[in-house]
Parts: sequence; C-alpha cells; structure tokens
Amino acid sequence: MTTTSSGLDLTPAPGAAPLSRMVAAQAAAEVRGMLRNGEQLLLTLIIPVLLLVGFSLAPVLDLPTARRIDFLAPGVLALAVMSTAFTGQAIATGFERRYGVLKRLGATPLSRGGLMLAKTAAVIAVEAIQVVVIAGVALGLGWRPQGSPFAAALLLLLGTAAFSGLGLLMAGTLRAEATLAGANLVYLVLLGCGGVVFPLTAFPEGVRGVLELLPISALTGGLRAVLASGAALPAGTLAVLAAWAVLPLGLAARTFRWE
Amino acid sequence: MPGHDPPRRFPTLVRMESPAVEIAELVKRYGRATAVDGLTLTARRGAVTAILGPNGAGKTSTIEICEGFRRADGGTVRVLGLDPARRELRARVGVMLQSGGVPPAMPAREWLRLVSRFSARPLDPDALLGLLGLAEHRRTPYRRLSGGQQQRLSLAAAVIGRPELVFLDEPTAGLDPQARHACWDLVRDLRAAGVSVVLTTHYMDEAERLADQVVIIDHGRAVANGSPASLTGAERQLRFRARPGLDLDELLAALPAGSAAKESPAGHYIIEGQVGPELLATVTAWCAAEGVTADDLSIERRTLEDVFLELTGRELR
Repeated sequence: MTTTSSGLDLTPAPGAAPLSRMVAAQAAAEVRGMLRNGEQLLLTLIIPVLLLVGFSLAPVLDLPTARRIDFLAPGVLALAVMSTAFTGQAIATGFERRYGVLKRLGATPLSRGGLMLAKTAAVIAVEAIQVVVIAGVALGLGWRPQGSPFAAALLLLLGTAAFSGLGLLMAGTLRAEATLAGANLVYLVLLGCGGVVFPLTAFPEGVRGVLELLPISALTGGLRAVLASGAALPAGTLAVLAAWAVLPLGLAARTFRWE
Repeated sequence: MPGHDPPRRFPTLVRMESPAVEIAELVKRYGRATAVDGLTLTARRGAVTAILGPNGAGKTSTIEICEGFRRADGGTVRVLGLDPARRELRARVGVMLQSGGVPPAMPAREWLRLVSRFSARPLDPDALLGLLGLAEHRRTPYRRLSGGQQQRLSLAAAVIGRPELVFLDEPTAGLDPQARHACWDLVRDLRAAGVSVVLTTHYMDEAERLADQVVIIDHGRAVANGSPASLTGAERQLRFRARPGLDLDELLAALPAGSAAKESPAGHYIIEGQVGPELLATVTAWCAAEGVTADDLSIERRTLEDVFLELTGRELR
C-alpha cells in the first residue's frame, strides 16, 4: 500500500479478468446501448409490433393463410431478427469503429474474439426480448403457433448468424455513414420483398425464384413452414440460410478493419 | 539504472528488469511519408518519461506502435521486455488515446465500470471519478461531457486496471488549470506507486514538472534526451529586451572571453557565459553607452522551451 495524495492504492496489480466476466460485462453494456438508442428501438420493436398489429387488424393485404395473424407472426419474427442482427448491429458497430471504440477496446484485456462473443450474446439477448414481446402481442391477437419451438429457435439462430455476418461485413469495410444509409436501405428493401408481410406469391414467377434465395425470404419461409403448418425443418431453407451465414461471416473475418 | 528504481513491492517485477519501453532504430512510414525515422529511446521502469515534440514529429505514431495499434516498418520495440503485439501486455499496460474511444451515448460511470470489469484487481470506479472531479457527471453521456471531462475519463480508464505501465497521449491537451493539476497529481501518484509512465506532450512546463526523463523528437528522430535539468543545463543566462538590431559584436568584445550573445527573436537578447556581477555590470554599462534601455533584464536558467525551440526551430507546422 502506497500512501499518495489521492488516497488510492495505485500499486501495480495487473491481471485480466476471467473471459466469462469480460464477455458478460461487454454484452451487458451492448444490450444497454441498444435499449438506450431510440432509433434502434424503433427498428427492433416498434416497427415490427406496428406491422403485426396493423396488418392483422386491417384487411389491406391479400394473404394466403386463412388466419392473417398466423401468416404475419412468423414474418415479423424474422423481421425482428434482421433488425437486430443486421441493421442495428451494422450501424452500431460502424459507429464504434468511427469513434475509436473498437480501437480502445483493443487495448483492454478483452480479446477481439471475446468482443465478438459479447456482441453475439447481446444480439441474442435483445432478440429474446423481441420474441417475447412479438409473440405476446401475436398471441393476444389470436396467434396459434404449430410445430416445434426448437425448430423455430434453430431457424432464428441461423438467421442471426446470417444477418450478423452481413452486418459486420458492412460495418467493417464501409464508412459509418455509408453503413447507416446502406443498412437502413437493405432493411426496407428486404422488408418489402422478403415475404415479411407481403407474400412472395404476389411477385411474378421469375422474380420470386430469385427472391426466395434472399436470407430474409429463407427465414420467413422456414418460420412459416414450421409455425404455421407444423412442418419439419425445410432442408432448402436451411441450406440457403447456412450459405448466407458462412459466406459473409468468412468475408467479414477477412476484411474487417478495426480502425 | 536499477539504483533509481522505486522499491520493489511486486514479486513478479523482481525477475524482469527490462526497461518499461525500449525502442531502437524505429521506422514508421505512411505511404511515402516517413513519420518515425530511426528513433531510439529507453523509458526506465518506475519513471515518468515525456516524449516532447512539435506537431507531426512522430509522437503519436511512436506511442501507438508501443500500444500495439500499429506495426513498425523497421527497428525494434520492446514494452516491458515484450513485443508490443503480445496480448498479455493488454492487462499490464494502461492506454489513454489522444481522443475518443468511448461510445458517445454511454454514461461516464458505466464506461469506467465496464473497463474495470476487464481487470482482475481494478480500482474502485467511483473513487477514481471522485479523484478526477467527475463524480457529479457519473450519469452524463460521454458526448455531453466537456473536452476536459472527456480527457479525464479517458485518463481514469487508462489507470483503472492497476497497470505496471501507462501510455498517455497528450493527457492534458485542452484542460483548464485545475484539471491539469489534477492530472499531474495523478501522474505523480502513479510514479510514487511504482508505475512507469510514458506520456507525449507539447507543453514544456508539463514535461519540466513531471518528467524524470525528457526525449525531444523532431522529424521522427530523437534530437535530445535526458533529465529536464540536464537538458536545460546548469548555466544561467542574462536576458533583456531592447530595440532590435544592436551590434552584438561590439558587446562581445567588451565581455569576458567565452561569453556568447544572440538576438532571438528580434529585440530579445540572450547573453551566455560566466553570468555574474561583472558581466551584468559590463552589459548595463554598454547599454548606457549605446543609449539603450534594457527592459525586463533578468538572470535565469534556460527553460526547456528554449532548448526545444533551439532544437526544433521556430517555424510553424
């Protein structure tokens, strides 16, 4: 113990905390950051819930299922995953890079792998909140989900991996402003033509074949197959999502610039 | 110099007598520009080392290589005896960036608490916030803190993990006098506790007051290196102001052999040599004979600023 004017014991006692504690602390900070951010909440909770309530009550869409809510709930769950894992994560990480936060964290004992683990945990935690809120609202609107909840959870996780890869690929290569604009644009486009609330059957045959290869279409289609029809995990959907998970994550790992 | 190290309180330090930082022939280029050009310096353990230099001299490049953010293009760098890229250094070394590094929306205390959670035996975040005058702002988001408050928060984050060595990149740039003194007190306390400190600055008084060792760098090379006292020298100078363009050769002829006289800048005269009553009398008599009034006449030691300007020139960059 050294007596100093500050009264603090500044004697060196270096050492890294256990990885689990570092990751938990970082993940908690990331979750608080997401919940604090108004624009993010708009994207992750308010818009999905409004779409769910609005389109299930107002008969403006010609939906293929007898009960509108059984069609809408899986689509909105997929949208929730995209908003958090892709749009929110891309924008937040892009600005963390811009503000030197990633650089500063690189000077702490938290490794880059640990940081990525924390980001993933935070995304999954926020998605869990989204699923609870959206499923709660949907159940209140008369949603009757079929199928295996584990199959649905697996699809959500695979979708998370795919969208995280795309988000981090953008955040790690583009300028923060470009990521902000691009991630919002992609969100809108995929919301419109990924089978979230507008069924893909509304598109012409040729276009539909291409749209079905999008990660959002695979996720909405897969979730609907499981939750609306009680089907087993569709192999085609799994393959599309897995491809979208592996390619961007691999590319992001190679191209990500931390500064 | 082991004899100058503080008492060892820390068993692991005993077997590691490598310097805090050892840089030899360091080269760093950005494209065709050479930022660091064969820099060599050693920062002792337990000492405060100030890297002093004009803007663009290569200070930040050098410190960021030591912090592991950038790679050297040539030469060797050892931090606590290790390659700066080694991950184990992250827990042993505290870092204060020149700016930024904190999420803008994150409250001050939350950031400090987060950084503390990465260390095994951290300081208490609240005590540190109090010490640096940030207690009232603990819930203020980073972006709403003043520049000086942001600097102090970054300083707090650099030391909270109780590191052996801290790198501070311009720690007091833009601080008001109270905040500067709080920062200096903390640096002195760190030194007293046996922490090695390497800081960059372009404030001469900061280097003069805080540093055991000053390295002046310019154009990416060390141009002077030593304690503040050894750099400024024991010799005293006689200074005065008068109209520009006095004939100094005539004055020199009247002075004892070995004296030197110069005008720098215009109208400011500096006489070096055996500064005593005799020299003082000679100068004032000569001024009287010339019909010149010597203003602000004083006898003082050279300051670090004099040394710095002599070495790095007066042109703006």
